[in-house]
Amino acid sequence: MTESTTTGGPIRRGRSEAWNWVGVAPFLLFALLFLILPTMQIVIGSFRNPAGDFTLANIAGLFSPQVMKPFWLSIRISLLTAFLGCLIGLILAAAVTRGGLPRAFRDGTLTFSGVASNFAGVPLAFAFIATLGRLGLVTVLLRDWFGINLAAAGFNLISFAGLAITYLYFQIPLMILIITPALDGLKPEWREAAQSLGASGNQYWRMVALPVLWPSLLGTFALLFANAFGAVATAMALTGSSLSIVPIILFAQIRGDVLGDPHLGYAIAFGMIVLTGIANLIYIVLRTRAERWLK
Amino acid sequence: MIRSPKLWSWIAVILGALYFFLPLIGMFEFSLRARRGVYSFDAYANVLGDPQFRATFGFSLVMSLVTIVLGILIVTPTAFWVRLRLPHLRPAIEFITLLPLVIPPIVIVFGYIRLYNTSSWLPLTGSIMGTNVLLAFGYTVLSLPYMYRAVDTGLRTIDVRTLTEAAQSLGASWFTIIGQIILPNVLVAVLSGAFLTFAIVIGEYVLAALLNRPAFGPYMVWMGGNKAYEPAALAVIAFAITWGCMGLIQLATGLQKHTRGAR
Repeated sequence: MTESTTTGGPIRRGRSEAWNWVGVAPFLLFALLFLILPTMQIVIGSFRNPAGDFTLANIAGLFSPQVMKPFWLSIRISLLTAFLGCLIGLILAAAVTRGGLPRAFRDGTLTFSGVASNFAGVPLAFAFIATLGRLGLVTVLLRDWFGINLAAAGFNLISFAGLAITYLYFQIPLMILIITPALDGLKPEWREAAQSLGASGNQYWRMVALPVLWPSLLGTFALLFANAFGAVATAMALTGSSLSIVPIILFAQIRGDVLGDPHLGYAIAFGMIVLTGIANLIYIVLRTRAERWLK
Repeated sequence: MIRSPKLWSWIAVILGALYFFLPLIGMFEFSLRARRGVYSFDAYANVLGDPQFRATFGFSLVMSLVTIVLGILIVTPTAFWVRLRLPHLRPAIEFITLLPLVIPPIVIVFGYIRLYNTSSWLPLTGSIMGTNVLLAFGYTVLSLPYMYRAVDTGLRTIDVRTLTEAAQSLGASWFTIIGQIILPNVLVAVLSGAFLTFAIVIGEYVLAALLNRPAFGPYMVWMGGNKAYEPAALAVIAFAITWGCMGLIQLATGLQKHTRGAR
């Protein structure tokens, strides 16, 4: 940010303009010290070698197999839970807003989603261990009542699938919270117009509702991707370090330089910023597009 | 809509309810299993009686209160000033407040460790107090998106310019204006940001673990690795706290609408 680009009125220049900046100085200092400089430190560090010279070797190191593998794993789990989160969240939101259910379902779902989307991290992992873990409630009930042995059927909570099921617990509610206003924005007139032109319910969804919702859906998908990509505590408490997703590798790297190259750690962090940055950018751009229909 | 409920929406809601309620029932049931063959609250008694629990929970409690105060002190004057004097800066400031949602917390704390290590110009991680300060500022950064939005929403409901000019014409200083006029007016709005901050900070893991502070989050992870039933009890407690915070937020938002309506 540069001071010279401000477009304040020509009347209040000079001393007054300088005085105006004093008012936001504490905030800018805070943001600089605890948000911008630390991030810059990482970004710059990922383009430097231990001697302090410019290098692209760290970035190239991102494409080595030992780093590519965790990134690919993280990307897959984020894509999968973002996709399923969007799909299931959309179905649930549509059911409570458009399915003709009593109004209480809608309010209850939204309130619960507000809580569940914030119920992430360590406790969430514990809840799933207590439910689908080796001695969990559902595992035991399935075994005792139905004779189904989850472990023998190949299911293990401490795995890719287990982590995905756990992530969905905060992904789906986030989707519901974001997509419900968009569903409310679908005007009944559009449906009536489509019907009077002879469209079936299916055709209405495919040719009217979905194209209108598309920016919201895609934008939320990007947001859910970033949401899953940055999650550390849930995975850590659920799987320990047995599932090597990027944040867990980075965590271990910060603690004890497991990769044997401090600057590769910078590059991994930089890679994370780039991916979550792109995802958030897509979300912001598409949200402004989506809001056009909601007015 | 006056149509009768459709079958598919019932199926969706029932399946959704199963997925979302089973883990809650599961963790509660699990937390009662500590005594062999009979349900009991032993796990809760163990947790609540554990000095480590009290110490770490107390630490996180104090941390979250400090974070809330820091957040209010940093965000309120800024949002006020931007509205009053620097409206053209609004997009830039808002962009900064949204950055903590874009940059993963683990990257931010990685930056802290490199920037404020013992051999740096500001060796915050060199002492316990310094690390606590760093942690509090880190939490303030994490809560920035929610805090700023809460305060800014509160400011939107009052006429900042008129209030400021009225106070100025009565000879009030900037300190008085912000402390005695603006802050009380946005306090209810600030509350919703404060409760969300509390919910985030109380169980936070990554920052506390990497800065080696004895917070509640690392304690929970440690319990998860070493105990069987106590973690479920901790999860129930954490879930109750999350519910409590969300309930208080709803209450605060309701209160806000109420006072606005009475205006």
